Amino acid sequence: MAKPVEQLESVVIRFAGDSGDGMQLTGGRFTTETALTGNDLATFPDFPAEIRAPAGSLPGVSGFQLHFADHDILTPGDQPDVLVAMNPAALKTNLPDLPKGGTLIVDTDAFSARNLQKAGYGENPLEDGSLEGWQVHAVPLTTMTVGALKEIDGVTPREAERAKNMFALGLMSWLYGRPVDSTIEFLNTKFAKRPAIAEANVKAFNTGYAFGETSEAFAVQYEVKPAKLEPGLYRQITGNTALSYGLIAASKLSGLPLFLGAYPITPASSILEELARHKAFGVRTFQAEDEIAAVGAALGAAFGGALGVTTSAGPGIVLKAETVGLAVALELPLVIVDVQRAGPSTGMPTKPEQGDLLLVLFGRNSESPVPVLAPATPGDCFQAAIEAARVALTYRTPVYLLSDAYLANGAEPWKVPDVSVLEPIEVTFAEATGGDFMPYARDPETLARPWAIPGTPGLEHRVGGLEKANLTGNVSYDPDNHDLMTQLRAQKVAGVKVPDLAVDHQEGADVLVLSWGGTYGPVHAGVRRVRANGGKVAHAHLRWLNPFPANTGAVLRSYDRVLVPELNLGQLRRLIRAEFLVDAVGYNRVTGKPFKAGEIAEAVEALS
Amino acid sequence: MTDLKLTAKEFKSDQEVRWCPGCGDYAILAAVQSFMPELGLPRERIVFISGIGCAARFPYYMQTYGMHSIHGRAPAIATGLAVSRPDLSVWVVSGDGDALSIGGNHLIHALRRNVNIKILLFNNQIYGLTKGQYSPTSEQGKVSGSTPFGSVDYPFNPLSVALGAEATFVARAIDTDKAGFTNVLRRAAAHRGAAFVEIYQNCNIYNDGAFDFVRDAKENRLYLEHGAPAGDTGIVHDEQDFSTAFALSRVTYETHGAVPLGVFRDVERASYDELVQAQLDRSAERGVGDLQALVGSGDTWSIG
Repeated sequence: MAKPVEQLESVVIRFAGDSGDGMQLTGGRFTTETALTGNDLATFPDFPAEIRAPAGSLPGVSGFQLHFADHDILTPGDQPDVLVAMNPAALKTNLPDLPKGGTLIVDTDAFSARNLQKAGYGENPLEDGSLEGWQVHAVPLTTMTVGALKEIDGVTPREAERAKNMFALGLMSWLYGRPVDSTIEFLNTKFAKRPAIAEANVKAFNTGYAFGETSEAFAVQYEVKPAKLEPGLYRQITGNTALSYGLIAASKLSGLPLFLGAYPITPASSILEELARHKAFGVRTFQAEDEIAAVGAALGAAFGGALGVTTSAGPGIVLKAETVGLAVALELPLVIVDVQRAGPSTGMPTKPEQGDLLLVLFGRNSESPVPVLAPATPGDCFQAAIEAARVALTYRTPVYLLSDAYLANGAEPWKVPDVSVLEPIEVTFAEATGGDFMPYARDPETLARPWAIPGTPGLEHRVGGLEKANLTGNVSYDPDNHDLMTQLRAQKVAGVKVPDLAVDHQEGADVLVLSWGGTYGPVHAGVRRVRANGGKVAHAHLRWLNPFPANTGAVLRSYDRVLVPELNLGQLRRLIRAEFLVDAVGYNRVTGKPFKAGEIAEAVEALS
Repeated sequence: MTDLKLTAKEFKSDQEVRWCPGCGDYAILAAVQSFMPELGLPRERIVFISGIGCAARFPYYMQTYGMHSIHGRAPAIATGLAVSRPDLSVWVVSGDGDALSIGGNHLIHALRRNVNIKILLFNNQIYGLTKGQYSPTSEQGKVSGSTPFGSVDYPFNPLSVALGAEATFVARAIDTDKAGFTNVLRRAAAHRGAAFVEIYQNCNIYNDGAFDFVRDAKENRLYLEHGAPAGDTGIVHDEQDFSTAFALSRVTYETHGAVPLGVFRDVERASYDELVQAQLDRSAERGVGDLQALVGSGDTWSIG
């Protein structure tokens, strides 16, 4: 008999387990099923930097949070409604986030004396009454999985046990009425070379689903209706994938071959891996010996007329600084992607932060201006990559693209863009026109110098890091020339055309929230919450950090108070105060986690 | 070989050469400019890239494309250029500090990858531009500005380093030995892949006479010839054989009273750009990338 179906508007689920338990895979599959249902969604994979921390230990816990809804949402959710805890360590580290009354599903088989001890539990929390405030579903996941798979030939008990994440996925898929076909197809493809393993995983998945249907422990099934998003074709996308596609699109739009120089580093590596797959687009990827060589090779390729790109995270960006300075002096196009992570030094490699803003703006010797752009959402990384390339190629300058670990790994539904309407990027290489070639003559509008690539007859010339004479580009130590060249480089970057700052104004609001980069979702969700509570607040989100949009000062001065929430100690706020003499206040947290909508709403309300 | 009828003069830029009078770099520049027409390439297809140091001024004086970059990074920058532009003849000019100290990592990786670049390492066993500190090829005990009591560093043998880094072409020449140097340039240019050339170069200001034992004393020069005995070393030279090349790299004036010059090693191995291009070509055979299909790949769903 079918169980009753209860309607929900939105749900936040967190899967948590050992880093070897396949929580990221489980979360990813549930995300795909949810996307195919047509819900709006946002994800937050949260995992340790260690690939396999000691089994059962607290530092080894890996989590994946997914928020899905029948309306448009902006964040992976402040706190889960449902927590799936695959062992005591996962329970211990995640329970504090689960509100009382929330649903807790645990694998009772994992609550052995040894695992309890590793998690620091004196008593078994399943038995000591400490979980009374929550709706606990204690399920012997491992036993049931192993039991279901024992008749499949060629599957060891250890392999059967490893399929328990698919049992959990099946159970959750039933509980929220998710479509199952895509997961079954995925498993059959993933394990195509080991049919027994494929069969085991599919069986575990189906068994979990059937368990939900039949077990008395689950009295109701839930339904979250599709969200009313803008009509069109959708897929889910992470920031790093969108960014990779954006770079390929920029290559197409400019007609220039894409050259990526990169050294593996978390959380940027997946851009290198993604681009390495797309040789059909003429993409050359170069895994360099170090970060310096990665950016050097990209600059060398740019000198030869390619779209040169390098990707990294904070520690690598620091190493690239000298070469970026050279690109400033050479005035050659270069895109530098910084997928920010928590620091200083190695910091917390898998955790997001916005701590590199001042680094990329000022972290080079002398006066060395570079345009800086930061995408707002995972999907926005596509457009931001195109914009970064457009500015680099148009103005012949290095451009910093500031993503972060939250955008890089987080997924959201993405309306597949119609690439035929993307604006081409006009690039003209210099040609000999008779007379002496002036490598440092400038376009009157953009102040860009000619891009004369090797192979062009008659334009043989030398560039270098030594100061150059205006126009001729010859080495020059002339004092006035140095002053002029310094001014010209600054003017060029200051003159980069960027769109005006858009304001989501609310009538009567005298508080403006000014955010930038990857915090857009949580900050705007917080703004919505304030409004839902009857408060009045305006929100503006900066994508260009250098130069600032021309109307930035006017926007800031039209509000009584400006709140700048950042995942750092106030880097944009410092710039705003210096640049516009606006007495902005900050909301600053550096926990390695994205903002919660609730804390933003509280910060706004505290100011009102 | 050349229909272009270019001359050495046409490879001289309009920039005034500013090395110290008497510097070995002048002879190297003249020899390279004289050799350039032999490439049979128009000047626009030739690129010189350097790092930092006295030698690094070299590109300014060549009427080709050129880049004076940053300390030690020329092989990395040249790698990006050579891989994306296989039609160019790319030359790296470096010194012992630039190539073997701050840029050591890039040097060894460019060599092992067999990037199609020609690396000219001007070895004068001293830091010249910073006014006379010991370098990674200075002899132990070197008294210099930064080592008033003598250097305790043990030096690199540049050719042994290059061979250890899997270089496919390794040679040595002397700045003032125009014939021998030109012969090495000719062989290096003909080699498809990374060519490493060490040039004994005299810094007459901070390390004058460092190579007198072979630069002035011509009787101590041991010109290598493939297939022939290498002087009194007991080694029959074989450019194809790694052990032979390595053994010859260990022959010094101190050990044998003679210094081998010429080509130590010259073997064929697919160059990096060729291998990269081959993958691109294979991929292109399966069809050119469709951007609309790419952005719409994976699981999709329709709304509305």
